[in-house]
Amino acid sequence: MRLTISAAVTSLIATQAAAGDATISIDIPRLTVAEYHRPYVAFWIESASGDRISNLAVWYDVKQKDNEGNKWLKDMRQWWRKTGRELALPADGLSSPTRAPGTHQISFDATAKPLADLPAGEYQLIVEAAREVGGRELLRIPFQWPPKDARKLEIKGENEIGAISFALKP
Amino acid sequence: MKKHLKLTLLALAASSALSVSAYAHRTWLLPSATVLAGKDNWVTVDAAVSNDLFYFEHQPLNIDGLAVMAPDGSAVTPENVAKGRYRNTFDVKLTQDGTYKMMVLNQGAFASYKLDGQQKRMRGKPETIAKDIPAGSTDVRISEIQGRIEIFVTSGKPTDAVLKTTGTGLEMVPVTHPNNLYAGEKATFRLMLDGQPAAGLDVEVVPGGIRYRDKLNDSKVTTDESGTFSVTWPTPGMYWLHANIRDKKSRIENAERRASYSTTLEVLAP
Repeated sequence: MRLTISAAVTSLIATQAAAGDATISIDIPRLTVAEYHRPYVAFWIESASGDRISNLAVWYDVKQKDNEGNKWLKDMRQWWRKTGRELALPADGLSSPTRAPGTHQISFDATAKPLADLPAGEYQLIVEAAREVGGRELLRIPFQWPPKDARKLEIKGENEIGAISFALKP
Repeated sequence: MKKHLKLTLLALAASSALSVSAYAHRTWLLPSATVLAGKDNWVTVDAAVSNDLFYFEHQPLNIDGLAVMAPDGSAVTPENVAKGRYRNTFDVKLTQDGTYKMMVLNQGAFASYKLDGQQKRMRGKPETIAKDIPAGSTDVRISEIQGRIEIFVTSGKPTDAVLKTTGTGLEMVPVTHPNNLYAGEKATFRLMLDGQPAAGLDVEVVPGGIRYRDKLNDSKVTTDESGTFSVTWPTPGMYWLHANIRDKKSRIENAERRASYSTTLEVLAP
């Protein structure tokens, strides 16, 4: 699986859109608080019945020594309960460091795992963010897989997530 | 108006004279967390006896009968055991992944009897109390106590080895894992008495936090023939669950057996 992550903090960088892919764009809000920490964010896909879970990405403090950063993974409490607590993190291709405020993109090729393994049906993209000495927010975007045509699904957050857009290409 | 006031004062005086054991003191353990991630986490547990949950306002809970079981079934020694005015406290280092169980067992006996025209009470061990009652006593009444207070803490993925029951006294078999509780969801548990389903037993369910609201919001649920009961948690927070039963199944001859079970469960937000 090729995981493409944009490095720019301020601008959207359009990735080379391969045929058949899904791109998540997340806006991490710039918050004026006394003590700011970059949020932990988990991205996963759940089938409509909830019994099939596909992890897409987990952003957390991977760099802390002795995996101390793992302690707060449970604050993404729905992710932790559905799948996180069964994973051994850090995990290649899944975990990466937290991101600063701004817009970030991650793309997934439909011919590679995990999208390649998804049976046709109704799903939800779920994004959960938790911020140290801050709050927690969970957003869901329902979608059909595979997409019949190119579409961009969007949702706005209120506190810890600015907005998510989910661009699907058949 | 004056007459009414006098009657009210009399009634109050009478009820306080009788109220020595009328307060429903709750005995509880309160962990600092029940769902943990990462390695080498610690949990601090408070042990207290109080009216209101989960406030320390009466006396500490005796933890001489404390036992901590690791996910692999081995015994763990609690650390930093401290005795305070309103609570006793201990720490547990969670060196394994999985579910830990922490229990306080209160197993003893007490007797009341009349000697030389005086009403007396005494405490003792179930094995010896009958012998310890002075010769010449009358109206002897012995009760055997089997009290169990439990909490569950999970580091990482929940496991269920510690959920096994012993077959003695009043115990709970979680059908829903006790560290998998979320507001708005239904959780199911089963009560067993001496290893058999405890049917028709009332279970008290009390959410903590009464200090900051008017209504207790407690509820009562009765176990079915299989000893099973369910709770749909209205809000996140810590909940105290309690059930008790009295029967004649004491190992002491002609004694009453009082078995009780209490647990503190943490319900997370969805």
